[in-house]
Formats: sequence, structure tokens, C-alpha cells
Amino acid sequence: MEDEQSFSDICGGRLALQRRYYSPSCREFCISCPRLSLRSLTAVTCTVWLAAYGLFTLCENSIILSAAIFITLLGLLGYLHFVKIDQETLLIIDSLGIQMTSSYASGKESTTFIEMGKVKDVIINEGIYMQKVIYYLCILLKDPVEPHGISQVVPVFQPVGCHLA
Amino acid sequence: MPTPPPESAAPGNSRVPGMVLKAFFPTCCASADSGLLVGRWVPEQTSAVVLAVVHFPFIPIQVKELLARVQQASQVGVAVLGTWCHRRQDAEESLGHFLEGLGAIFSHEPWLQLCRERGSKFWSCKATRRQAPTCPGAPGEDQVMLVFYDQRKVLLSQLHPPVALPDHQAGDAVAGAGGLAAVFDTVARSEELFRSDRFDEGPVRLSHWQSEGVEASILAELAKRASGPICLLLGGLLSLVSAASACRVFQLWPLSFIWSKLSTCEQLRHRLEQLTFVFSTQKAENPTQLMRKANVLVSVFLDVALGLALLSWLHGKDRIGHLAEALVPVADHVAEELQHLLQWLMGAPAGLKMNRALDQVLGRFFLYHLHLWISYIHLMSPFIERILWHVGLSACLGLTVSLSILSDIIALLTFHIYCFYVYGARLYCLKICGLSSLWRLFRGKKWNVLRQRVDSCSYDLDQLFIGTLLFTILLFLLPTTALYYLVFTLLRLLVVAVQGLIHVLVDLINSLPLYSLGLRLCRPYRLAAGVKFRVLEHEADRPLRLLMQINPLPFSHVIRTYRLPSCGCHPTHSWGSLCRKLFFGELIYPWRQKGDKRD
Repeated sequence: MEDEQSFSDICGGRLALQRRYYSPSCREFCISCPRLSLRSLTAVTCTVWLAAYGLFTLCENSIILSAAIFITLLGLLGYLHFVKIDQETLLIIDSLGIQMTSSYASGKESTTFIEMGKVKDVIINEGIYMQKVIYYLCILLKDPVEPHGISQVVPVFQPVGCHLA
Repeated sequence: MPTPPPESAAPGNSRVPGMVLKAFFPTCCASADSGLLVGRWVPEQTSAVVLAVVHFPFIPIQVKELLARVQQASQVGVAVLGTWCHRRQDAEESLGHFLEGLGAIFSHEPWLQLCRERGSKFWSCKATRRQAPTCPGAPGEDQVMLVFYDQRKVLLSQLHPPVALPDHQAGDAVAGAGGLAAVFDTVARSEELFRSDRFDEGPVRLSHWQSEGVEASILAELAKRASGPICLLLGGLLSLVSAASACRVFQLWPLSFIWSKLSTCEQLRHRLEQLTFVFSTQKAENPTQLMRKANVLVSVFLDVALGLALLSWLHGKDRIGHLAEALVPVADHVAEELQHLLQWLMGAPAGLKMNRALDQVLGRFFLYHLHLWISYIHLMSPFIERILWHVGLSACLGLTVSLSILSDIIALLTFHIYCFYVYGARLYCLKICGLSSLWRLFRGKKWNVLRQRVDSCSYDLDQLFIGTLLFTILLFLLPTTALYYLVFTLLRLLVVAVQGLIHVLVDLINSLPLYSLGLRLCRPYRLAAGVKFRVLEHEADRPLRLLMQINPLPFSHVIRTYRLPSCGCHPTHSWGSLCRKLFFGELIYPWRQKGDKRD
């Protein structure tokens, strides 16, 4: 069973939340982040190439132009592969654990699985981001040495990528 | 959100209430014929790890014997967990009753019954308990979740960080160290169960990942057989070499001093240690040591290969001759440039006005040294080509050795710069010490050595007079000394930077774990950071099916975990202490060798 709603993140972009119910012991939550907009891509490319052309008129060296093209391509590939998150999924399986998957715009998927035995609690934490206070979901992990201590706080969705307003 | 599981309700209760029963099923058995499920039951996690399927016909006594044998050999509590029914034809109801009857022969709590229809992707699972449930409200049947896993990959993979399951003797007793680590451990230790394949004539027919035939490689077997004698031979040779290098002749003062200063000797010693470790006849105790040996071996091979490539390049087209011919003019050129520099310093450098007398003294002193140095270089020039040729041969020991020799040659050729730096630094240091103590006298204080602090002191008039006079003299001579010190320190730092770059390269070749990186690239499931689950096609009222895959370790973690220890020649200062030493004129020794007891 699927359920879709739309929200907006703190930067104003549109987010979509999908809830899937597989069985009484397994649920999945999926957040889709706003896609890469053509406008911002064109703007960045134009700025870089204008700057390169300006340098070229100063130095009369055509290597600058090829370098600018190279940099733009590499930068775009790097951004798509390492920075731009398309979708984040949270899969909760009863008595097995919690799995968080981030899929990037280039198709890369990075997964983290936390066993249920290590989870102490799931909380909503407040954080200060620039001038705002934002609320984000995070998982507290047990400390192996101290039974009542907390060893790590793991935010569930990337805090800077997409937040729920 | 599901809550973390509560504590066990009562002792002797082999299940944790509220937990779903997880059945880990190997993907290779999903198409096997009907039979018995054999595996291990982990009560703390309420999970059943299925290792193999026993097919009909079988004699229960023989199955029990096989399981007892496997249990003794592998310390894993293998038992019959339930039945597996793969309905190929529609009318096989009798099989169903027969399978239920088996529950009486092999008793196990809970009794698992997995069933698959032909042509259907969905399975039906039942887990029944014969005992009356002790906790009220708990059902007699458990909910089952199926987790498929690839047996071969789970067998071969290694979890990072390695979870040491505390008690290996009492297989079943302690498995709560980590639910998934227990699954990996169970599969890895049950090799005995996977020994028989379907071509064996044994009494019991099993289905598991090796049932199509045991995997083996001729090369691997030959390598294993040959490794024993080779290790013995090479180990003997290496021990001879280390005994020779440790003999008394080399401990005498001039030689031991030279050995400790040359980075080539350090590198050779490091390589000798590594090779001794690799070719030692002791078996590796754990997988980490095995990886370390493999990494060292691959690193040495790469090193020698690169060194041989360099050797062939050097010895082709008489490049050594060209190099030797170019060396003396280059040294001459450097000495000439230094002479010009000193002449410039003796004049009015950068428009500053120096103290003429001191300037001339220092300048002439350094010029004389330079003159001596040039004469020595010219004395050596006939032998340079032969020396270079023999040194070039050392490249067959590895690229790292050649680079260390290059670094040592640079150090030897710029020895005069080092000497000038030491003279300038000592003079400057003396001047600064004198200035600071006379400054204290000027203010009427002195340094109390006992209390390690500055105390006031009453001086006599003549002490004050002489002290102030000396202070003034030293102060006005400071710019000259400081300028010489600055120039020679900059030159020295330049040489140190070049040597540093070479050392960084040598370190990189020494410490990069190439075998682990190659393994991560080609067989990513061997180095596992964890697992990941995928929900397979799902139908309501059917048990949930998940696929468990191995999540490989990221490359940065591979390098961090398997990094080989390097030579130990790291710069010992932080930037702050470096600046402080430069300001006070203390000598900088950038390379602290291992075992160097000097200041």
C-alpha cells in the first residue's frame, strides 16, 4: 500500500513523501528531493564560460577554454555522483533493523543498515542551521562499553540535502 | 516505530516474545527438491539459519550421525530445523502428511515448515511450537519472515570491524554479540557440512552451494603445496642476511653513524623486516594477518617491477654516462650560484647596510668552504660514472631503494649547504642566547636555574657597564647574522622540501595496501562493511521476503584498515614548534630515524 504526500523543505524546494506498508513488520518511507533544475545548471555553465572567455581575451591562450569545458564537465559529473541526492529511503524491518538508502542523481546508491540490537531510540532532535532551528529525525546507538550511554547519533535523512519543513 | 525487544519472559523459554521469526534461506536451495531443513537455531535473535536441505530417501539415524559429526568438527550447533516442500505436481498431498510426521522423529522447537508452489514466487511458511506457550496471549504459531542470502558470498566474506564472538567452544551458548555477525559466523564455520556434493556416494544427499561440485583451483592447490618449502628456503636466506647485517663490524662507531643517517639503509631494513614476516613459516592466525602478508607481497612485487623498469630505462642508450657527465657541471653551477649569493651578501643585499667587518669575515669564511667543496667535487669526477653505474644496479631491489638512494645523493651533494646552515644557525643561536641574558641584566634581573624562573638581582656597577656594552654590540651586529642565517635556512629548507617529496613517494609505495584494494575492486563481497536488504515482491497474507546482500567496504575504509606500517621517518615537528625553533636558531633535524637516540 502506498501513500503519497507533498511537503516543502526549508530551502523552499518541493519534497514528496511516499509511505509503503509491506507487512505488519515492515514499512518503508521514501523522500524524493527536488531535481536538478535546468535554470541553475545553465546559469552556472554560463558564468564559468564567461569567466574563461574573459581570461582568454587577457591571455590569448586557448588552453583556458578547453580547461573551462573540462572543469565544467568534471564538476557536473562530480556533483551528480557525490552531492545531488535524488531519493532517500528508510526501511524499517521489525526485529532486524533499520536501513537507510540514499540514491544519487548519477544512479549511485549508498546504504547503511543498523541492527535492531544497536538501536537505543529514535528521536526528533533540534539543530541550529544558519539562523533557523530545524528539526530532524535521528537514531541513537547504544554504547558497547557503557550500558546506558550513547555512542552515536545518526541523522536519518541528510540534513543539508532535504529537510522536512 | 517498532520498540526494541523486551527481556526474555522466563528462563528456559527459548524465544523472545514479540519478535518475528526470521528464516535465513540460501538462494541455492530455492529450487531444490523437497526434504529436511538443516541449520542452526539462534534463540536470542529468534532466527533460523538454514545451511542445507537433506533430500529423500534418507535414514534418520544416518542424518543424526552426520549432524553430530559436523557439530563436533565445526563447534556449530547444527540441527534439523524443519521441512522443505517444493511441490512440482499438483497432487502431492501425501507428501504433506509425510512431512508432518517427520516432526515427531526430529524434534525441534519451533518446527519450521516452508512450502513453495511450482511456478509461484510466493512461499508459505509456518512455525509451530509443540510446547504450550508460557506467556499468556502468545500465539502457538509464529510469524515468519524469509531472508534469502547467497551462501557462497556470505561464506567468503569478512565483516569489518571484525566482531569477535567471545566463546568459540560453546557454539550455541553465546551468539548475541550481533545478530548478523552470528549468521556470517555460522555459515563460515560450517565448512564440514559443505564438503559432500551430489557426486559423492554417501548415505545422505545434501543440497547447498557446493552440491554441484566442490570448487577448487589447481593453481591455488599447487601454490599451497609449494609455499612450504619456498618459505623455508627464503626464510633461511633472509635470516642469513639479517645475521650478516647484525655482525659486530657494522656496530663500530663511524659505520653505525653513517648507517643511521642514510635513508637507504632504513628502507632496506624495513624491506628485510617485511620479507621476513611474509616468509615466516608460521601460519597466519587470523584473516587480518593473511591480508597483511598478501599486501606486503604484492607491494614488494610492484616495487621490484617498477625498479626493473627504471633499471632498463637507465641502462639503455647510455643514460648513465649522460647523467655522470651532467653531474659535475651541475654541481659547479650550484657552487657558482652560491658564490654569487655570498658576494651579494657581502655587498649591500636588498639595500640593507651591513656591518662591514663582520660581513667580510663571515663572507670570506663561507667562500673558503665553497672553494674546498668545489675542489673535492673535481677530485671525485673521474669515479662518478662507475659509482653511478653500480648504484643504478640497486634499482633491481626496488624503486623505493632507488628513490632512497637518490634522496641520499641529494643530501651528500648539498652537504655544503647543510654545513653553512649549521654555522649560521649556531652563530645566530649564540647571539640570541647572549642577547636574551644581557637583556635581563639590562633590566636588573637574572635567570634562576634552581627555580627555573626569572628573579631580580642586584649587579655591581662594573658588571652593569660591561653587560650593557656587550648587549649593545650584540644588538647592532644582529641584522648581519640574522640575514646570513635567514638565507642559509631558506636554502636548507628547499633541500629538505625536495627530500621530503621523495620520502612521501617512498612512503606511499611502502604503505599502500594494493592487494586489499584489488580485492575490493574485483571481489567486493570479500570485504564487507555490513549488509543491505531489499524487499522482494510481496503479496498480502504471505510471509515477507527479503534479499540480504553484502554491502562492500568503501575504499577509504579499506586503505585505513589495511594500511601497512611505513618506515617511521615522519617529520617530528608541528608547524608551531618548527617556527619556534627557526626563530630561536635551534637546529632542525627533519628526519628522525627509528632508534635514533640523538637529540
